[in-house]
Amino acid sequence: MERNLHKQLGNMKKSLFDQGYLDEQFIQLEELQDEANPNFVEEVVTLYYRDSARLIQNIEQTLENNPLDFAKLDNYMHQFKGSSCSIGAKKLKNECTQFREHCKTGNGDGCKRTFQQLKKEYAALKKKLEHYFQVP
Amino acid sequence: MGRDCCSSGAQELHVLAVDDSHVDRKVIEKLLKISCCKVTAVESGRRALQYLGLDGDKSSVGFDELKVNLIMTDYSMPGMTGYELLKEIKGSSRLRGIPVVIMSSENMLARIDRCMEEGAEEFLVKPVKLSDVKRLTNFILRGDEANQMGSSKRKLWDDPCSWFTTSCL
Repeated sequence: MERNLHKQLGNMKKSLFDQGYLDEQFIQLEELQDEANPNFVEEVVTLYYRDSARLIQNIEQTLENNPLDFAKLDNYMHQFKGSSCSIGAKKLKNECTQFREHCKTGNGDGCKRTFQQLKKEYAALKKKLEHYFQVP
Repeated sequence: MGRDCCSSGAQELHVLAVDDSHVDRKVIEKLLKISCCKVTAVESGRRALQYLGLDGDKSSVGFDELKVNLIMTDYSMPGMTGYELLKEIKGSSRLRGIPVVIMSSENMLARIDRCMEEGAEEFLVKPVKLSDVKRLTNFILRGDEANQMGSSKRKLWDDPCSWFTTSCL
């Protein structure tokens, strides 16, 4: 039974990496986990989703302004990118970079488009990680 | 993985970590604890200065008790940047001897140069790895030993091989 669970976990993790959701940083975090802190990665990820929910909301609201405040958007996205990077969220990190490029060129439509994509990736990763952490 | 630290009564470094990101604070705290450091983590440059007793108000802890061996600060923070914090610390006769390491997600040469010129020990690109922290803390520890032996401080990272030799002088 134990072996099947390990295999399940291994497959899930592999698919998260193969599909480009996560990168090496996630492994680095897992290596910091020990008996004293067996749920360290889950705690970090939970913290990430809690903090980034606020950022996402701020970005959403700021995108409704007219004209768009690109400096403000870039600032929010810089923070979001930083945290995403810290948990190894590869796809999200790339979406953030693209968003910031649009901010630099003042491309409002580009920002909005990229943000929609980003939200989808964000939600998808959240679901996958919730599933991942459920396996004991 | 060797987590058996402080077993031989080796000195425990006290590190002040400064980062506005909650996630990054949690991670750096863990990296430092694994590297056998005592950690105080704060969320802003202001708070850091308060803790160090540099903002005019008397800190609640006596200066001797809070002896900080290393400060690790994020560069981009609202209010006071890591660079500004660095300048405040290096501008203080009492605190300028404390090594300050800057952490940043942006690998910009101009930024790195500016920080090093202002007296930063090192500039780490995020995400910070355990190997970065271990190398740093080992260096600080050996620097302390060298100081105690009355020899002058050297920048060991210019010669990575010297980290692994015992005869460093």
